[in-house]
Amino acid sequence: MPITESDIEKIAKLAHLEITDEERRALTPQIASIVAYVEQLNELDTSQVEPAIGGLTPEGERTESPRDDVILPSLGQQLALEEAPDPSHGHFRVPKVL
Amino acid sequence: MIHSEHTIEYLSSRLLRGETTAGAVVAAALDAAEKLNDTLNAFLQIDRAGATARADEIAAETGNGASRGSLAGIPIVLKDNICVRGLQASCGSRILGNYHPPYDATVTERLRAAGAVIIGKTNCDEFAMGSSNENSAFGPVRNPWDTARVPGGSSGGSAAAVAARIVPVALGSETGGSVRQPAALCGIVGVKPTYGRVSRYGLVAFGSSLDQVSVFGLTVRDAAIVLGTIAGRDARDATTADVPVPNYIAELPANDLKGARVGVPRALFGEGLDEEVRASVEAAVEAYRTLGAEIIDVELPHAKYSIAVYYIIATAEASSNLARFDGARYGFRTEEARTLSEMYRRTRDEGFGAEVKRRIMLGTYVLSSGYYDAYYRKAQQVRTLIRNDFLKAFERCDAILTPTTPTPAFLLGEKTDDPLAMYLSDIYTCTANLAGIPGIALPCGLTTSGLPIGFQLLGSHWSEATLFRLAHAYEAEHPLTARPHVIAR
Repeated sequence: MPITESDIEKIAKLAHLEITDEERRALTPQIASIVAYVEQLNELDTSQVEPAIGGLTPEGERTESPRDDVILPSLGQQLALEEAPDPSHGHFRVPKVL
Repeated sequence: MIHSEHTIEYLSSRLLRGETTAGAVVAAALDAAEKLNDTLNAFLQIDRAGATARADEIAAETGNGASRGSLAGIPIVLKDNICVRGLQASCGSRILGNYHPPYDATVTERLRAAGAVIIGKTNCDEFAMGSSNENSAFGPVRNPWDTARVPGGSSGGSAAAVAARIVPVALGSETGGSVRQPAALCGIVGVKPTYGRVSRYGLVAFGSSLDQVSVFGLTVRDAAIVLGTIAGRDARDATTADVPVPNYIAELPANDLKGARVGVPRALFGEGLDEEVRASVEAAVEAYRTLGAEIIDVELPHAKYSIAVYYIIATAEASSNLARFDGARYGFRTEEARTLSEMYRRTRDEGFGAEVKRRIMLGTYVLSSGYYDAYYRKAQQVRTLIRNDFLKAFERCDAILTPTTPTPAFLLGEKTDDPLAMYLSDIYTCTANLAGIPGIALPCGLTTSGLPIGFQLLGSHWSEATLFRLAHAYEAEHPLTARPHVIAR
């Protein structure tokens, strides 16, 4: 199914991207041609193939990851807020939600 | 010995004999970085004060008889998507801009502990998405061999810094070839380790199942020293594997390759491969035969699907990983937004560049309701087939040799209007990321117009030592003695 400008509009909304009319017009044929290219995968019968999950090697799969449940120091409020665009009273301030 | 005056080995031995000081070595690197940056745009930050202070510390420690780290006093640069406390981490993006991470990546900690001196952060394609470095919000990097051409990407700044002899070694990151591809275009060595060999803690995530911190060096030996320093299990990255890290340097010497088997997938030497690249890589295959290796034909029947698989999986993972950049907690925030949701949308619109948006959109599409099975699940199934192709091939050979890139360095602007043509630059490299296997790219000559050509060796999981040994044997017989001459503006 060809990708239309309204599909692009919908995807932008899902991705929390505000795109201009110009961007929408440029992206539509670009995304459509990439999607058309990846559809070559349909040549392959994969009905009997397990999907790869993540990138782990067999050795990586066997590596035990859980660690002891000990409390480690965290960044702390001051450091965590150092790069905040709008810190206020020890919090991240944002515009109203609704 | 090739490029002798620029290697870790040479610098370390002079430092050890007291013929130079860490301060002098680091100052020379800083001078070169500052002098060439107007021409190359390889650096986004040069840390003269911090690097000078650190060099003095190292000099004092080693002067006091403290044990020397393997990289004591060696200057190094890191791609700007790897966290270094006190320095910026922009990822080449306006949305992070002047962001300063409050912690060190594990690779940064390990380099520091070995005595390396970080002199700066290097330019890259935005969030490591690109094959030419033209997607950086801070302008493209230029190829030291011809400044009208791209250095490759996404780790183009690190590649250019090593190729221009500013530093002997550098870190980049790979998701689909972002170190091997620029290594080839800049005529240097690039190593992508096995998935899980090096910690990703403190590497800004792009495609989490594909990303690995990777290494550039002028020589195989130098790249091996750095990989040996940063590799190994890290409790802070659950995807690192508990697999011993060999002493790569101890395993290097052995120029006789009798008994080694090099696989060549002839089907990949076809359409789209530049004639000069083909001839040069064929000559490298013959060089291995001369060195005593047995050359074996192998088949990778699903490799031709790798770009399609890669651009589904990498964009899907990116759309999810980049959701965190919303203007709330760090980095850039739009000036005007009345509601939270408007703040998210506008921040991301103004903060991200065109390629990042394109990939977030594509990733969102392939994961969206109704399309997940058709695209994402299908791609993960074909990923299994690609991995199985390699496992089968490695039953018959120790390494697989292919070109690293289909063409030498292209002109700035040549592919910017055609995203798909740009993606095809990764055709030889992205299979290794999909299969989780290691690869090493090294130079094998120059085109008639003087641009570097490279080939790569791919090995089975955890076989970096074998790749280093094979690469070192070739390099010893066929060093690239030419070097770029960059004129400072």
